[in-house]
Amino acid sequence: MSSVTDPAPPVTSGGRPLAERTSATPKQLHEWLRQMLLIREFEVRTMQAYQDKKIGGFCHIYIGQEAVAVGCIAAVQHADPVVTAYRDHGHALARGMDPKYCMAEMFGRIGGCAKGKGGSMHMFDKPNNFFGGHGIVGAQTPLGTGLAFAKKYQDEVIDGGVNKHVTLCFLGDGALNQGGFYEAMNLASLFDIPVIFVVENNGYSMGTSIERGTSMSHRIIAKGEGCGLTGYEIDGMDVVNVYEEMKKVADTARAESRPAMVDLRTYRFKGHSMSDPRKYRTRDEEQHWETGDPITRLRDAMIEGGLIDEDGFKALNKDQKVAVREAITWAENSPEPDISELHTDVYVEKFGPYTGTSQPQIVTDAEESR
Amino acid sequence: MSERIIEFRDALREAMTQEMHRDPRVFLLGEEVAQYDGAYKVSRGMLEEFGPRRIIDTPISESGFAGMAIGAAMLGLRPIVEFMSWSFSLVAADPILNNAPKMLYMSGGQFGCPIVIRGNDGAGGQLGSTHSWCVEGMFSNVPGLKMAIPAFPDDAKGMLATAIRDDDPVFFLESERLLAMKGHVPEGDHYVPFGKAVVRRPGTDVTLVSFGRPVHFCLDAAEELAKEGISCEVIDGRTIRPLDIDTIVQSVRKTNGCVVVDQSWSFGSPGSEVAAQVHAHCFDDLDNHVMRVHSSDVPSPYAANLEQEFLPNARRIAEAVRSALYVA
Repeated sequence: MSSVTDPAPPVTSGGRPLAERTSATPKQLHEWLRQMLLIREFEVRTMQAYQDKKIGGFCHIYIGQEAVAVGCIAAVQHADPVVTAYRDHGHALARGMDPKYCMAEMFGRIGGCAKGKGGSMHMFDKPNNFFGGHGIVGAQTPLGTGLAFAKKYQDEVIDGGVNKHVTLCFLGDGALNQGGFYEAMNLASLFDIPVIFVVENNGYSMGTSIERGTSMSHRIIAKGEGCGLTGYEIDGMDVVNVYEEMKKVADTARAESRPAMVDLRTYRFKGHSMSDPRKYRTRDEEQHWETGDPITRLRDAMIEGGLIDEDGFKALNKDQKVAVREAITWAENSPEPDISELHTDVYVEKFGPYTGTSQPQIVTDAEESR
Repeated sequence: MSERIIEFRDALREAMTQEMHRDPRVFLLGEEVAQYDGAYKVSRGMLEEFGPRRIIDTPISESGFAGMAIGAAMLGLRPIVEFMSWSFSLVAADPILNNAPKMLYMSGGQFGCPIVIRGNDGAGGQLGSTHSWCVEGMFSNVPGLKMAIPAFPDDAKGMLATAIRDDDPVFFLESERLLAMKGHVPEGDHYVPFGKAVVRRPGTDVTLVSFGRPVHFCLDAAEELAKEGISCEVIDGRTIRPLDIDTIVQSVRKTNGCVVVDQSWSFGSPGSEVAAQVHAHCFDDLDNHVMRVHSSDVPSPYAANLEQEFLPNARRIAEAVRSALYVA
């Protein structure tokens, strides 16, 4: 019998051929591979820039978890809100943020998505319905319930129709132990709010393994079930599997206007943040998970299915390296925020030292291109 | 024109009701606001008028429903969150202090937070230490939020209506001790702008500055002091953020004296901020340093006599005024 503190066993999605496993088109599969390669390259360059002191503060790297953001976000519609915690570069890019705004934000430049006022942990992209980027563990979970509430309110109370939206609210397994998360689930259940709490279960909250910090760690969806949420356990290292499973979860949540909780098993290949020497886990464990690299898995499956060849993969990867290099150049050329920006965006209204608010380039560029 | 007299609580409800008719994005949520008609009957009848989709009973879950409302505000809705007491806001500190006032800044202008958080604030009902919080001192420290404290029924309506229409997060502090107070309240549209203090009683010898319920303590003290031949000018600041320092400075330059009365604790408070600003603006006008009267620097006591002494009551204000004027 398993103890309430045992870690969860791995959930595996099997190695059947792609054609049997997914309805996704070759174009979709190529796009997911491209997004994962983009995120991987972006994060590698982010680590270098951090070491070069071009990026300051806290910085959390998404390498290893790419299939989660890419697969989940592919499973919902563009108008569906997405919100996450501080390990947020991957979600921003998967949501469609141009990497130049993301990199410039970390460089503390005016061209950053938040004019350099948010930093690594606080990415926002209004044109792509991405609502942050939140630094306090679990803080985004009541916000996620609220975003889903607002969409349902707009659809049903203001427009007089039926709910058409579902919200993705990502959290790490560390946030399972924050009180606000339970309040967010309870309210979502009471009010039939279609929000999906996607737990990116990478096994560690900073340096504390899940079994050391979380009761029922072998079956965390019990926590959602306690609030009446349907729970799902999904292999998060395989983007095709994430998409297929999350599509069902999202379609159900949308149609029934009900919340859900997903335990997405994944692994962060790097430390909690840039300052983490990873002494709390073994090299064997890391190597075990690295053999299941989500990019390698999709690449191999696509080669096996004849959807891409080695040369095609290399070309695709090279394109992402070029895109990230261009993003870095753009970010470096973006000026620092003018000192007058210190007092802008504190209040919408102008009064005293406060100079009102203005939209960042990520919004004005999107409006121009529309 | 007939002078319609209604209670403070009815004035609050009228502001919410009128704004909800005007704007479908406005909704009210909180503990007991719907079926129970509100713990203090502020929302009486609103469930029947607007239905359960817009008048929403929440469980006792302040962190959850405050955070939920902030998420909804990010998407353009205009929630009114009722905390039965601001004392209960402490369990919601992260959403109301880390999310609401910082969202616009951290998103570089992309997502504002047009939310009103309102409820009872302050001691006076023998509720003991945990239920008698005056949050002015703690929360006015945070940039990005506005803080409004009405002292009269017409302001209750006009300031709450303004708060609901405001694009920034507004912390709206009501006093349970004032909810039954009656006064003339205009029917129809009535908006009191933020950052505009008002002189409640003109005077020539000293300026009393206060916010919310202690404005009445100041008026009581001024009445007593008038019998001694001391003329007090009483200023109702109305909003702490924005602070109308100009009206205060104008008065102090006339009276050459100032006593600030603030029901929060003295250390790092609106009272200390007003005093510092008056000292900076009126250094050459003052005949004495600015005096301050606060709630005593102890947890709020239960016993009636201790609680009355704890408050910045009229007797303590009068003593401060005499001291400011060098009257033995």
